[in-house]
Amino acid sequence: MKKNLLSFKSTLTVASLVIASLVIALSLVSCGGGGGASGGDSTGSNDDALLGAGSSFDYILFSKQFSEYNKANGLKVNYQSVGSGAGISQLTNKTVDFGASDAVMNGKQDSALSSPAIHIPITAGAVALSYNLPDVKDTLNLTPDIIAGMFLGTISKWNDPKIVAANKGVKLPSTAIQIVHRSDGSGTTNIFTTYLSKVSTDWNTKVGKGSAVNWPTGIGGKGSEGVSGTVKQTPGAIGYVEMSYVIQNKIPYARVQNKAGNFITPTIASVTAAANVQIPPDSKVSLTNTDAPDGYPISGFSWVIIYKEQKYNDRNLDRASKLLKLLSWMIHDGQQYSPSLNYAPLSPAAVNVGDAILKSATYDGKPILQ
Amino acid sequence: MDTSVKNGGITRSDLPLRVINSTPEGIAKAKNRIRRSFRQIRTETVFRQALVIIGLLMVILVMGILLTLVIKSMPSIKALGLKYLWGKTWDPVQDIYGAAPFLLGTLISSFLALVISVPFSLAIAIFLGEYYPKGWLPDFLKNAVELIAAVPSVIYGFWALAVLVPIVRTFESHIGVLAPIGQGIFASSLVLAVMIIPYAASLGRSMIQLVPSQLKEAAYGLGATRWEVIRSVVLPYTKSGLFAGILLSLGRALGETMAVTMVIGNTSLMPHSIFALGNTMASVIANEFSEADKPVYVSALIELGLVLFLVTVVINLIGKKIIDRFTND
Repeated sequence: MKKNLLSFKSTLTVASLVIASLVIALSLVSCGGGGGASGGDSTGSNDDALLGAGSSFDYILFSKQFSEYNKANGLKVNYQSVGSGAGISQLTNKTVDFGASDAVMNGKQDSALSSPAIHIPITAGAVALSYNLPDVKDTLNLTPDIIAGMFLGTISKWNDPKIVAANKGVKLPSTAIQIVHRSDGSGTTNIFTTYLSKVSTDWNTKVGKGSAVNWPTGIGGKGSEGVSGTVKQTPGAIGYVEMSYVIQNKIPYARVQNKAGNFITPTIASVTAAANVQIPPDSKVSLTNTDAPDGYPISGFSWVIIYKEQKYNDRNLDRASKLLKLLSWMIHDGQQYSPSLNYAPLSPAAVNVGDAILKSATYDGKPILQ
Repeated sequence: MDTSVKNGGITRSDLPLRVINSTPEGIAKAKNRIRRSFRQIRTETVFRQALVIIGLLMVILVMGILLTLVIKSMPSIKALGLKYLWGKTWDPVQDIYGAAPFLLGTLISSFLALVISVPFSLAIAIFLGEYYPKGWLPDFLKNAVELIAAVPSVIYGFWALAVLVPIVRTFESHIGVLAPIGQGIFASSLVLAVMIIPYAASLGRSMIQLVPSQLKEAAYGLGATRWEVIRSVVLPYTKSGLFAGILLSLGRALGETMAVTMVIGNTSLMPHSIFALGNTMASVIANEFSEADKPVYVSALIELGLVLFLVTVVINLIGKKIIDRFTND
């Protein structure tokens, strides 16, 4: 009898263990689902550091700016370079004070927000086309038509008449063109495919634009280093890489014909020039295929995104004004660190628009910056 | 008196009856002994319960992962249905997602890697387990093989991109592949093969060392040569263990991400040969997750994880069946 009782007891223990663990499992699952709601507290914490997340393109510039700002004003900023899309979803979940993105938020991302957000242009970058043709010493000229043709797979040899016509006097080999693109979703891809969609109707209908697309041809390389590494070791390859990356690594890259018909080398100056155009009041503009005659056509802004109404969760006015002051410093004094890091400083037009947008941010309905 | 262990535990009634001296010392001694026995029983129970809890936690973890994957991939399952599995187009712009190219890429690259690696891991296992179990050279080799498993996979990726891919490209142009790029499923299988060798080799080596020496000595006594002993004693005795090692390698190959993504070419087109570019499920998730900007897109990527999870489960179940068949023989 005793024996039975005891074994019954142990069965009971095991059973209760099973039930307890099931409860744990379920709560784990539901935590995963409702992460947005419970994660919101961190923004309102008394911790002094501001939190940001997003674009990896901005990371190097931000690190420099934030460390300089910390020296001058004693404000710490923690920035996670997790990618533009992830930055936006962290802002949506209110786990960060600001997000950073190489693309403006799309309709679906906008509708997921609890209140409207504003985009502040923070820096500009460009996408360069680097290639591997060991016997060609001159810098190649590429027209929008050629670039679209190559990436669609319709131009498949380097001595294609179209390429020869754009590069008179250059002896081009009959090597097959090997396209290299980014395999990871990225802002670089977004700028490049936005450009292609603008200059080629074929591209626009067949492929379209986005941070990841269905490439009709080519090898996918992971990250800038994956693309440039593949280009470097594959004869006849051409790929698109962030401008700062090709400049630092001294990889050959092409001049691209802009809307005005000029062949432009991607440089800091030509990217800043590309941004010196009419910018709409909300700053949501793509600089690709710019009207500026001396602007490099495959350029784009990177934005910092914040909520327009800064009073949410239990944020206080102090935190909100710290954030706004930081952002204001970034688009003014903070821009001096751009050229040495191969980022293009904001054009005067962009800074003016940025100022106006920052002034529109409110706390409890009242403007924060005077 | 029956055995004192039932269902893995000791119960009070199983305590042996003893004749106790009626002197005070005798009683004290007996009491002490009984107290000690009860303490032993308690330790026994606590230990067993700890094991049960830890075991259950693992089960819960796996069930939790499965549940999360299913819940999070619901939007994609609702939007795309079953054709997700055999759809050939992966187009995030149009919100069309088909996992077939990646499913195929994962299976081809993993099984090819397995085919390439098995002869090597078997050879290493037999060499270290049977021929030279002791000595500085085997020790060195053993450590070297185990070190292979400790190298981070991104290092393999860069190594493959810088060293392996040019060699594969030369090889491809020699055998007349149409577009010798070097990257592709074949290159990724090669690097995977290197990465998974230690798993089958280590397990195989320990299994082979466990073969009772009487069996081998009997075979030698019957006049068998070393090759004959390995073929008809060692391998049959250890085959389920060897197979388990191979299964472990396969699981590793299916889930490997970094090294594969750096050399497989990452295209969403259907692979048409082993030299073609391709992509695997793990690699697509790693590449696209951080920038997936639409709910269905994110969900489709999570569903890819779910498919990978199920593929692994199915392969493991089949493997278990095969091992059972082996051991029943």
